Amino acid sequence: MSVTSKENNEAPVVGRSLWDDARDRLKANRAAVTSIVVLVLITILSIVGPIVSPHHYDAVYRDYVKVPASLEAYPRQDQIEPTFTSIAKRARMNVESYTLVDDKVEAIVTSRRDLDQRYARYFDRSDMFKGVQIVDVSDDGKQAKIVAPVHYMHFYFGTDANGRDMLTRTLIAGRVSLTIGLLATIVAITIGVIYGTVSGYFGGKTDLIMMRVVDILYSLPFIFFVIMLVVFFGRNFVLMFIAVGAVEWLDMARIVRGQTLSIKRQEYVQAAEAMGVSSRGILKRHIVPNTLGPVVVYMTLLVPKVILLESFLSFLGLGVQEPMTSWGVLISEGARNLQGAPWMLIFPSLFLTSTLFALNFIGDGLRDALDPKDR
Amino acid sequence: MLRYVSGRLLSAIPTLFLIITISFFLIRIAPGGPFDLERPLEAKVMENLNKIYNLDKSLWEQYLLYMKSVLSGDFGPSFFFRDFSINELFAQSLPISMQLGLSALTLALIVGGFFGVVAALRQNQGVDYSVMTAATFGVTIPNFVVAPCLTLIFGVYLGWLPVGGWGGGDFVNKVLPVITLALPQIAIVARLTRGSMIEAMRSNHVRTARAYGLSGYTIIVVHALRGAILPVVTYLGPAAAALLTGSVVIETIFGIPGIGRYFVQGALNRDYTLVMGTVVVVACFVILFNLIVDVLYAVLDPRVRFD
Repeated sequence: MSVTSKENNEAPVVGRSLWDDARDRLKANRAAVTSIVVLVLITILSIVGPIVSPHHYDAVYRDYVKVPASLEAYPRQDQIEPTFTSIAKRARMNVESYTLVDDKVEAIVTSRRDLDQRYARYFDRSDMFKGVQIVDVSDDGKQAKIVAPVHYMHFYFGTDANGRDMLTRTLIAGRVSLTIGLLATIVAITIGVIYGTVSGYFGGKTDLIMMRVVDILYSLPFIFFVIMLVVFFGRNFVLMFIAVGAVEWLDMARIVRGQTLSIKRQEYVQAAEAMGVSSRGILKRHIVPNTLGPVVVYMTLLVPKVILLESFLSFLGLGVQEPMTSWGVLISEGARNLQGAPWMLIFPSLFLTSTLFALNFIGDGLRDALDPKDR
Repeated sequence: MLRYVSGRLLSAIPTLFLIITISFFLIRIAPGGPFDLERPLEAKVMENLNKIYNLDKSLWEQYLLYMKSVLSGDFGPSFFFRDFSINELFAQSLPISMQLGLSALTLALIVGGFFGVVAALRQNQGVDYSVMTAATFGVTIPNFVVAPCLTLIFGVYLGWLPVGGWGGGDFVNKVLPVITLALPQIAIVARLTRGSMIEAMRSNHVRTARAYGLSGYTIIVVHALRGAILPVVTYLGPAAAALLTGSVVIETIFGIPGIGRYFVQGALNRDYTLVMGTVVVVACFVILFNLIVDVLYAVLDPRVRFD
């Protein structure tokens, strides 16, 4: 007896919940942890990147159409002179001498017209020069010296067919794709969980009818549904993806229903029923939290599915509209320009694929971590 | 068995009926009509067109008319592809899509199943990891990325295969579309087979078979694979329905005159009969393949009974 009382005096041992166990198992899974890191990284990049980037996602650089991805700055040294002379030609000027010193072009030009500072605008309009000065105008105004500092820019991922920076576009596309994936998944899960628990918990005729409805919706061609939604909601992609989520809930409902069927036979649910807890209360307090394991797993697998679906719709030209973009849009553009500009396909595909990879591994890891059979 | 199958087929009738009804009214309440052009047609022309296609009748009358013609096996004339009836369009395109889908399905089953079994037998070894990584790639890379890459490599650089077109069903024309179509399926089949094969190899009946001293081939193919293939069959049912009814992406990229394109074209052009036709065809395939799956289940797993 004394032993018991002594034990009672000590602080109670903190129990380990099943969630703690699951978390530890997940932490031990290296692929899953790496995937989580990758996913978080991509998410942060997508959110912060477009703000930090010197290029606006919609800024068009006409002098840099489809330039390859490179760590070096543009313009290339051999690009500068042809561009300079062609601008000078457009401005009806003759280039007498041309020197490139300290990233500044210094040239002496002649013209039949009077040269003044306004002619600098011809050069400023190009993406290669910034802050062009026309100095030393000769007395008759026919000859002048142009000082044109070269404006260097980096296109780490190259540019697309319109001369827009692919890095910024890939990141902004990531924002759109991830948002869409998350949004549609949340909608799908909300509907699926509510539908599945209600159907499974009430059983009998309710279950029969509700599942029959799911069966019928299953047999409808999915693409027909989605296109109908696009037709209805038009180009508003937020609304559209809420709608896509509203289509994707069928699997979720089935999974949750199966889970509910086994949970409702558990003692704690029976106890709650015996104590007269309302059905609503039981569903909210006991059933829904206990279905969360498979729901979370399915969610990580549904997000990539929705992202792929969005890419597919964008490929058909039904998804996100220009100038906004998504990984799907970029990839379908890249696929069209594959032969001449492979970087347009490589970088968005890299981002999309690593996101999907990460989500798949996280899903697998979560399934292993939450699967009670594995214990 | 026969009774079960006929019962299932009978119970498909109300499902089909509901599907037709739902999609009929869905496409009709979509804004726009089949004859809406950028520049509107003349009122009289429009009126006549509507009259020919029965669009001037009330929705209920149209619905009943459509139901009647569907029951007699006639899907009606196409609104967009004038001069063609839906039956003619489908008679040309459905065999092509089915041919492609069936080839892809067979390829997926053989290749995916093989790699899945190999990975399961070498669980947690190099082979297993490489197969699973390749499979994850297969699932995550969308087919509209795979398709242009393959065409570029085999069609343009190497020049072995044509980059597109159907060519009257030539073998070389089918290679790339079938591979592209099959790749994600191979990946999924491999993953499923691996998972269930690992479980099957640990089960009691396989251990008993080993104890009898049966050959490795007999154990794996006859005893383990028979049970392990069940989840694959479950998955392949709906997948087969989707594959056989054509893929929009593949048919667009490779320029194949299959049925897949009609889904998008029909819905976008408000070609009511075309949309309805595709819906009915897909629904029939889904129902049929679900039935085949259930029957196969009973064949493969003697514990399943039709009661």
